[in-house]
Amino acid sequence: MLTTIQDLGRYGLQRYGMAVSGAMDSYALRLGNCILGNPDNEAAIECTVLGPIIYFEQAQLICLTGADLSPKVDGQPLPMWQPVPIEAGSLLSFGRPNSGCRAYICFRGGLDIPEVLGSRSTYSKGQIGGWQGRALHEGDRIAFRHHYTGKDSLFHWSMDPGLYPDLTTEVIRVLNGPQRDQFESDSLQNFFSDVFTISKNSDRMGYRLQSRPLQLKEKKELLSTAVTFGSIQVPPDGNAIILMADHPTTGGYPVIGQVATVDLPLLAQKGPEDSIRFERIDLDEAQNLLKQRQIQLIKLKRAIALKYE
Amino acid sequence: MGSSHEQSLGIALPNSIRHYPMGDQAIVLSFGDTLSEALNTQVRKVVACIENWSQPGVIEYVPAYTTITIYYNPLTITYQELLAALQTIVQDVSDDPKYKRVKKEIPVYYNGDDLAYVARYNGLTEEEVIHIHSAPEYRVYMIGFVPGFPYLGGMDSRIATARKEVPRLKIEAGAVGIAGQQTGVYPIATPGGWQIIGHTPLQLFDLSREKPSLLEVGDLVCFVPIAYDEFVKLKTESYGH
Repeated sequence: MLTTIQDLGRYGLQRYGMAVSGAMDSYALRLGNCILGNPDNEAAIECTVLGPIIYFEQAQLICLTGADLSPKVDGQPLPMWQPVPIEAGSLLSFGRPNSGCRAYICFRGGLDIPEVLGSRSTYSKGQIGGWQGRALHEGDRIAFRHHYTGKDSLFHWSMDPGLYPDLTTEVIRVLNGPQRDQFESDSLQNFFSDVFTISKNSDRMGYRLQSRPLQLKEKKELLSTAVTFGSIQVPPDGNAIILMADHPTTGGYPVIGQVATVDLPLLAQKGPEDSIRFERIDLDEAQNLLKQRQIQLIKLKRAIALKYE
Repeated sequence: MGSSHEQSLGIALPNSIRHYPMGDQAIVLSFGDTLSEALNTQVRKVVACIENWSQPGVIEYVPAYTTITIYYNPLTITYQELLAALQTIVQDVSDDPKYKRVKKEIPVYYNGDDLAYVARYNGLTEEEVIHIHSAPEYRVYMIGFVPGFPYLGGMDSRIATARKEVPRLKIEAGAVGIAGQQTGVYPIATPGGWQIIGHTPLQLFDLSREKPSLLEVGDLVCFVPIAYDEFVKLKTESYGH
């Protein structure tokens, strides 16, 4: 399935209609880079549900994070959440998806991909960035930016898996959307009590949800305004759409809620047929959770920096 | 629009500006809910205040018809701190907007597949449609949808035409279209339901330019009819081959 190069995204050009893109699960990407001693924003390969088969012409230190898609090297199970040296001539492949749907293959020192408008992320619709502006195909050959010699490296450690969210969690925390008051009170109640199913028709641009339709008090033509990753829009048919990493910069549907940034990685690991429920969170709480996550990441970085000395 | 955080900014602009959060990383400044040139002018005045702002924690901003959404990093700046910072900077230039009006010409070869339909729909000849479409100065109210796509205000209602019932699977880059009261230009090939009346040889979004987007919010735009030979010549120049 879809395999693309992604970093943390392309910022600063949304006012010209340019999507941000970037890793759907930016936390998994940051953790992977952190484990390898890379900067947070280093680009990695994002694999969706069924991973690619990658032949290593040269040795490299890699780390797999995010979804457990049963990674293997030459048929042997490959541990995740730790640095793993891969020898030249090895074959990295994937098997059955066990949990989540997006895995990240991170490389020590990064991939030799040019930055376009300040980012290595792939924005497929605009044919911009990543590998030739598109998803990876069979036969693509990508170089490393740094040569790995790795003679005496021993990696007998891995990250505490408790730092990463439990992907079986169904609850996604949501802040009030700018237009929530335009919805019927029944619909607002249902929004926080119903179970929503993610439809097959979901991708990096948006997740379509199925549930009882969400109704507006009155049909009102809205002027287009900025929307972002996690905006929950409701088109006239009443079926909500959550905008994801490749979202358009502006939209004209009422936004009932906005997913808390701290839960976007968990949402990004949900796939077609998965169920989610929404729980209300306020602004201070949402921002405090982000701060706590940042503190954890800084602590982890400090601990890991010692390993690479 | 209901949020417990919603308040008004008491600044010296003709209307008070409302503000509310959009999630935990954005603040929206709202000038009103109706489409009008006056409100969009206010948007542009405030954009002029913040476009060269080096406030730590501010990531970027997106102006729209009647709103400006400012994205920020909550690890660096809080909602209230950002609001306070905005109040100072917006007050500074409220009476002396230094925004510049840039006028840009977009040459159009009026050969679109739907030109005849738009003419018939409005009881006009094709020549009249071309004349009416190329007469006004349009204003870029916002840019969105795809990179470089301008939402233009100012089209003459005599050529307003409903969208196609079945959208085309592919509209070419440079296509000039009409949808209801709006007109616009497609920067990249994409599916779409607009009535296509012509094509411009210019690239609206070009990565090789220092500023990739040809248009910016607030620009004035004129469509200039050109003939086929001119279209081919300009297209060869602008696409560099």
